[in-house]
Amino acid sequence: MLLDTRQSLETPEGALLPLTPAGFGVRILAQLLDILIRFGITAVIFIILSLLGGMGVGIALILTFLLEWFYPVFFEVTRQGRTPGKKWMGIRVVNDDGTPITFGPSLLRNLLRVVDFLPMLYLTGIIASLCNRQFKRLGDLAAGSMVIYEAPPAREPNFEVRGQLPVPADFSTDEQRALLAFAERSKYLSAERQSELATILQPLLASKDPVIAIKQMANTMVGKH
Amino acid sequence: MKQGQFEQLYQPLWQVIELQIIELEKPEGKLKGEELASFASRYRRLCHFHALAKDRHYSSHLVDKLGDLVVRGHQQLYRRKQPFMQQFTSFIVAGFPRLVREQQSYIWWATALLYIPGLLMFLAILWQPDLVYTISPPEQVSQYESMYDPQNRVLGSARDSETNVQMFGFYISNNIGVSFRTFASGILFGVGSIFFLVFNGLLMGAVAGHLTNAGFTETFFTFVVGHGSFELTAIAISGAAGLKLGYSLLAPGNLTRKESLKRASKIAIQLVYGVIVMLVIAAFIEAFWSSNNILDPWQKYLVGGFLWAIVIGYLVFSGRGLRGETATPATKDESGSARG
Repeated sequence: MLLDTRQSLETPEGALLPLTPAGFGVRILAQLLDILIRFGITAVIFIILSLLGGMGVGIALILTFLLEWFYPVFFEVTRQGRTPGKKWMGIRVVNDDGTPITFGPSLLRNLLRVVDFLPMLYLTGIIASLCNRQFKRLGDLAAGSMVIYEAPPAREPNFEVRGQLPVPADFSTDEQRALLAFAERSKYLSAERQSELATILQPLLASKDPVIAIKQMANTMVGKH
Repeated sequence: MKQGQFEQLYQPLWQVIELQIIELEKPEGKLKGEELASFASRYRRLCHFHALAKDRHYSSHLVDKLGDLVVRGHQQLYRRKQPFMQQFTSFIVAGFPRLVREQQSYIWWATALLYIPGLLMFLAILWQPDLVYTISPPEQVSQYESMYDPQNRVLGSARDSETNVQMFGFYISNNIGVSFRTFASGILFGVGSIFFLVFNGLLMGAVAGHLTNAGFTETFFTFVVGHGSFELTAIAISGAAGLKLGYSLLAPGNLTRKESLKRASKIAIQLVYGVIVMLVIAAFIEAFWSSNNILDPWQKYLVGGFLWAIVIGYLVFSGRGLRGETATPATKDESGSARG
């Protein structure tokens, strides 16, 4: 998995936490969603409060100020690192040690957003994020935070093959993962490509139809019949 | 042990800990007493099972499932306390002024960058009135003139409470926004903070100088003397916080630049907390007191001087007497534990 962006973080218990940093593409989409939401709220605030005259304008100014600077901070701190836009895109902000982000770092990374935005359209932030392995923009570097992908919720696997076959005992965990990944992705591959890939393993599997053999092994791994 | 046996034997334990994690992940979710106390040891057992499953080459599906639980458990067990709100009072009384004193070299630099260009501009405009147009476009200048023209008295007692609230909102969003930008742009090796400090100083000096030439000194200085204490000091402090970020990148010492920046930001952001509070106070004074024209000028100068004395006295003396706390509260964040 050398080409992967996945990072491992060692915990005090000696477990390795897999974290996958999110790049700027998905983060820009999340940001666009957040901007749309904020824009909508601002419009509603002004329409309602402008009916109240000067008092209303004052309150509206304070609310839009809070919305501009503290909208991301509020959601990141209370929703375990997810603003609505980030939640939609399946990403979240965490501290460097993988724990949910706290108030100080969240405020810091969102204040530094104005610098990351310079000179336009987050150019500084994009360049900064391309210069390190965790895709950190300047705000993340200062705050000690990073944006990661959420682990997708476990799906009910279905490999369209019945029966089980024991997995050879000398397959390592990563090799097992490769078999499982093949079975999961096989519905996106043509039958010819499937058998082409599976035939590579034929010397090890020694079965009549390697595609079915692999899928049956996958069944064994996830405990399906 | 076969994988099937392993799963059958320990499945109930995993389910218990998964339920606990789900409970902890809820915003309001809390585990009580016994349950909470047992969470740490359950989590460590979970790590143990995860390591066993990996080592015994059980199927990746099981390993990944346990791994996912480990990640989520880790996040709950080691989540940092959020001490800001609880320790707010002690921060205001002692933490913030102590921090300002501790970082005073940055504060002095920022103060100099704000006031010296301002003073020079002020004197220059008294000598050469047209210099005001190097800083401000003519329309802006005439706007300042009409604002402080004693004939107009738009800022006077005639202003009703509704306008006051409107201006309060404006001052909050404008001034705090300016101070946030002054701080944040410091990460560009300090250049941004220096720019904003000098620019604000020049603008301030230009307006003061121009209005002095126009003979509006009384309306102008009675207006600014009150809230200036909190506002200018806060801008200087936010600039100082920005300079600290910039300096940490320029001169990281024995640390890597990244680590140096991280440590400096931890302190700088706490200066920003204090700045926010000061600017809210300043906006309040500006909207509800400074615009009040019923009082005589000497009364406004007296109160203004009193406010300056409060700000300076607070930053110089507050929190000196209390013992047993470190001035740098940066370590507060690091005590991790599950919420209780």
